[in-house]
Amino acid sequence: MDSGLSLRGVYFSYDDQWCLEGIDFDLKRGEIVGMIGPNGSGKSTLLKVMDGLLKIQKGEILLLNKPMSSYRRGDVARQIAMVPQETTFRFPFSVFEVVLMGRFPHSGLFPFEGKEDLEIAHQSMRLTGTLDLARRSIHELSGGEKQRVLIARALTQRAQIILLDEPTSFLDIRHKVEIFELIASLTQTQGLSVIIVSHDISLAAQYCHRMLLLNRGSVYKIGEPSEVITADTISTVYQCPVLVDKNPISKTPRVTVLSRRGENKKEMV
Amino acid sequence: MRGSEDQTRLPRRRERCRQGGTSGQGMTPLRVITTGLILSGVLIGIALISLSLGPAKISLREVLTWVAGYKSVDQTAWMILFKIRLPRILLAGLVGFTLSIGGVVFQALLRNPLAEPFILGVSSGAAVGAIIGIALGLGFGLGVPLLSFMGALFTILLVMGISSRHGGLESSTLLLTGVIVNAFFTAVIMFFITTTGDSRLHSMLFWLYGDLSQSRYAHLSIGLPVILIVSGILYVFSRHLNLIVGGEESALQMGVEVELLKWISFLGISLITGMVISFSGIIGFVGLIVPHLMRMLLGPDHRLLIPASALGGAVFLIAADTLARIILSPSELPVGVVTAFLGAPFFIYLLKQRGSQWTQG
Repeated sequence: MDSGLSLRGVYFSYDDQWCLEGIDFDLKRGEIVGMIGPNGSGKSTLLKVMDGLLKIQKGEILLLNKPMSSYRRGDVARQIAMVPQETTFRFPFSVFEVVLMGRFPHSGLFPFEGKEDLEIAHQSMRLTGTLDLARRSIHELSGGEKQRVLIARALTQRAQIILLDEPTSFLDIRHKVEIFELIASLTQTQGLSVIIVSHDISLAAQYCHRMLLLNRGSVYKIGEPSEVITADTISTVYQCPVLVDKNPISKTPRVTVLSRRGENKKEMV
Repeated sequence: MRGSEDQTRLPRRRERCRQGGTSGQGMTPLRVITTGLILSGVLIGIALISLSLGPAKISLREVLTWVAGYKSVDQTAWMILFKIRLPRILLAGLVGFTLSIGGVVFQALLRNPLAEPFILGVSSGAAVGAIIGIALGLGFGLGVPLLSFMGALFTILLVMGISSRHGGLESSTLLLTGVIVNAFFTAVIMFFITTTGDSRLHSMLFWLYGDLSQSRYAHLSIGLPVILIVSGILYVFSRHLNLIVGGEESALQMGVEVELLKWISFLGISLITGMVISFSGIIGFVGLIVPHLMRMLLGPDHRLLIPASALGGAVFLIAADTLARIILSPSELPVGVVTAFLGAPFFIYLLKQRGSQWTQG
């Protein structure tokens, strides 16, 4: 089923060079799409374009069958939520206050939340396992806790589509897995559609239904993880020799970087 | 044994850090109103006490019966209370109110805990105007404030004009421009000071450190409506400011018109700041300290923080000006000396306590 977000021949540039060239993409309902690609390939730009934060020069973006340009910002925010790579709150808001901020796109002129808003915030915190943190200051949280809180804020926006820009890049392996597990369970139980940018290709491959490999502003390949992640595509796009085999447990593709140093070590043993 | 002691101590300390900061209920109008009423009570209390203090002995009891309208006071006491002390207290309140709102809003918009309403150079522009006015021998009723306000307006437009790019205001460009403009106008001020020798020099120095002794009811009647309107408009955006504290981009994502809000706020705050300092001279530290103090007591939500800082700022400046009047009585200190004296050590304490949070990311 369709999630309501589709891109048709989208071109975008900041100045005179195209950053995104002819992107076609449909997000299905309830799926997790992992966006991968080298630094500077346009991942964050594409995410912002999908969110309507950047105005495209050619092509069209449709949100619920209407062009993105016809929406007001607040209306987009009720459909699409974004979790950035890193968020710094300059002053010590509590976790609950931060999650409640997600209700902003749903509020009118009266600047206070109602009972329903509080309930939705509580529910989001329950779903993300952050209820125990409610009264803590956002400054006291670890990286993993903070990302969970920001996902709770995105849920509080009640958006059906959540875009995550490298949410795991500052996390250790346990917390990386926790974030992916959380996203997987949310898409299943809440019917959300998710696009997640990640540099951890093998881990993303275990959780994503589809992978989108971006290279120099174009879609190099899109499809199931096993189709997209091959030694050929990855080493070509990243310009780095890799070995791709199967994860023995999940049977999803697993990427091993082939370094010269590694070769030497093997010889030494 | 020690291990378990540490374990019990840790959560308690966290609790202490967050005291007053949050309730599980979100911000409610009731909480804003209650806090507002309590602080208004403190404000009225401090104003009454301040009325009774000064070189001429008038007891608090006399003041209270006079205010309540039970008993009139004699002609001299009436002159002192109504013509000298009351306008000064009211102006001190209004200046503290305005500078504190300015500090809160600037700290949020610039996402910078060191921001204060003078950071964009408004004060130095106002100072150049005022000092030219004093050098020309203009009066403190109309001439000096008018020139000073014009100086402030000119500076804001200059700084915002230089910093604006494609209609957007980028915070660090804005701050840098403010610093440069400040430096330039300080040189202009020094030029005037060194070329002025007579009694006008004393007036200039007092003005530069904040002087509330020139208060007039006329100033209040011009300032009050403008300040209330601008603060009211800014209060509408208090929730937007909360979102901006978490980053401009994510605020934008959720539907905050970030650039528009910046223009409205920078212009609005600079306008009212320029207006009050044209009456009072440059009173430092109020706009920096009061927002931090209120944030420590009540948490960072701007729906509460804006009104609380406004009233807290009024209380603080009335208290500081009362001290400035009575410490060396019958002579006076510029009120800026008192605010700096109280403010600087408090800020150092704050930096020791909270500095690590401010330097994150």
